[in-house]
Amino acid sequence: MTMQFNDETFRGDYTYHNSQKAIRRFPFPFDQDAYMYSVNIEQHPGGPEGSPFEVMFDVDEHYVAEMKDREITLAEDPLRCQSLPHMELAGWDLLELIMVSKARDYPELFTLHRDGNDWHWINKPLGIEKKFTFLDPTTLPCGPMEYITRQTQGDFALLHERDGNLWMDAGMVTSQADWSLDFDVGMNFFEWHAPVPKARKMGVFDKALKFLLSVGQDQSYRRLNWTLTVNPRLDTSPETYHKWGPEKRSVTPENVGRKQFLRVELQTFFRLPRSNALAFPIRCYLANLEDLAGQPKWGRRLHRVLRDIDPTLAEYKGFAVNQEMIVDYLSQFDDGAPTSPGIFPDG
Amino acid sequence: MKLALKVTEIEQLSPLVKRFRFEDPKGASLPVFSGGAHITVEMPEGDTIRRNSYSLISDPYDGSGYEIAVRREDRGRGGSLYMHRKLSEGDDITVSTPANLFQLDLRARKHVLIGGGIGITPFLSQLKQLDMEQKPFELHYAARSREEAAGLKLLPKAAHIHVHLSEEGARMDLGAILDGQPMGTHVYTCGPEGLIAAVADQAARLGWPKSTVHSEAFTAPPPGEPFDVVIASTGQTVTVKADQSLLEALEAAKVEINYSCRGGVCGRCRTKVIACEGRILHNDHWLSIEERAAQKDIMPCMSRFKGTRLELDL
Repeated sequence: MTMQFNDETFRGDYTYHNSQKAIRRFPFPFDQDAYMYSVNIEQHPGGPEGSPFEVMFDVDEHYVAEMKDREITLAEDPLRCQSLPHMELAGWDLLELIMVSKARDYPELFTLHRDGNDWHWINKPLGIEKKFTFLDPTTLPCGPMEYITRQTQGDFALLHERDGNLWMDAGMVTSQADWSLDFDVGMNFFEWHAPVPKARKMGVFDKALKFLLSVGQDQSYRRLNWTLTVNPRLDTSPETYHKWGPEKRSVTPENVGRKQFLRVELQTFFRLPRSNALAFPIRCYLANLEDLAGQPKWGRRLHRVLRDIDPTLAEYKGFAVNQEMIVDYLSQFDDGAPTSPGIFPDG
Repeated sequence: MKLALKVTEIEQLSPLVKRFRFEDPKGASLPVFSGGAHITVEMPEGDTIRRNSYSLISDPYDGSGYEIAVRREDRGRGGSLYMHRKLSEGDDITVSTPANLFQLDLRARKHVLIGGGIGITPFLSQLKQLDMEQKPFELHYAARSREEAAGLKLLPKAAHIHVHLSEEGARMDLGAILDGQPMGTHVYTCGPEGLIAAVADQAARLGWPKSTVHSEAFTAPPPGEPFDVVIASTGQTVTVKADQSLLEALEAAKVEINYSCRGGVCGRCRTKVIACEGRILHNDHWLSIEERAAQKDIMPCMSRFKGTRLELDL
């Protein structure tokens, strides 16, 4: 096995850390020195070698620890994983997409043997070996979506298409930026986006829905979204706000560089073949300000973006309370020099 | 993505309908699909490429090949004539990957499928999916005569498959079919517009929620009189021939335009009209009655024009 997996935690003592390699490949979301909403959609997969955009489902040094964290969250709150009865077929579609992709993209980590519907799956990092019958739920310990997403980094929403809209009728959500599957399950695209400020008026959602409905079975896309989180916590859910909300007050000018994390979501879209549903994986990447500022371009740009951001967005993304401290800290990395275009670090 | 396939079987199902099977030349597995999906078939003739969309009739989970059934339209643009007269087993054929604008609503407690004439086609893949999913359904197939009923050769014989041949006095009674269905039943209709309207009307009268009534009406674009359009961005004039759709003419003239279904139902090719001196002949199922009357939008995959000037925002 070529990949080393970190022994780390996303709660309690928060031992989560990024290697130099992980920092260099971090999906920094700002391609310019300012931020406003846009339908920033690109084809996926595809990107520089080693970047998280290179393959369908990126597996990195945090894989094993993230799956352990998901297990803890699910044990405490099983409603983080829900699938309405008509979504089981979409679950199988997703399982196939992930197993086939991972076995192809990481042959040293994952193996899939298929003989008709008799499948044999080997997941080396998690020590799983399973023979099962594709499309027969009695041969898996849980539903197909739950089975595969307990082995795949990132949250997953499965969207059912009907009446010209998309409905969030299934999902696995344990590393979310303050939204709740239990609250949103069964909602349509406009309903679950209702809390997002400004965007509806800007027509962003109408355009985005139109785009998503036209995604074909041979096409897949991605976009990046971001927020800020105090401490490297995957599970920032409304249900556990009492656990992580108060941590925002633990930030000081001395620790802000290490405690304040940029949280980036790599969102991808896939049309699933048998169910015609859309899969919407939301992969979370975390890096603290200190690590990011180690890349001079990112230090300068992050300072400018967070300093000049629309106050409504700072409030919505939940960092308004610490914005001044964050910007003060980042200002030491901004010498006013111009930044190069694009998201990737220099040199 | 386009798939370069080979025609491996052609079968005459009825005097007007042929079945075609396409496979990968190297035997590779094709993408599986969902019941009700269609593919777009390319039919190159001279310097134009005609593209028609046809429902897949084969097993959606079987990637060994795709099958479609094509009715010969002697007064069409020539697409179906190409399929019937020019295509032979062993020929190359380019098709799109499957897309679905007529999917089953798998929330339904029961599915009632009603197909009229060649409108039986999307249900042939749907009933295979329903069988595999073990979902309760009944299918009603209406045709004029036994000779014309191409679907007879493709439908399994089963108690829940009902064939209504009007020439034999067995006209379909929609009231009897829809009345008394269990709560949570969804109905799907594909066929002539009159049939779709009649099912919708009957369902409304029986108090079915609108969201349980589905239909697919897409047909190939009709031919008509030639006409000219002006492309606003370049000032270029494009002539649409009698046997070409506006979309095909735009493609032949290398004007960039989006499309998917090519049957007036998906909305992808919707185009703004900048100037219109004359009447747009709307043949799509996308624009509302008000939008049609306003003549500010056109669906180039289906619609045509009669008049002196039509300028498009392209």
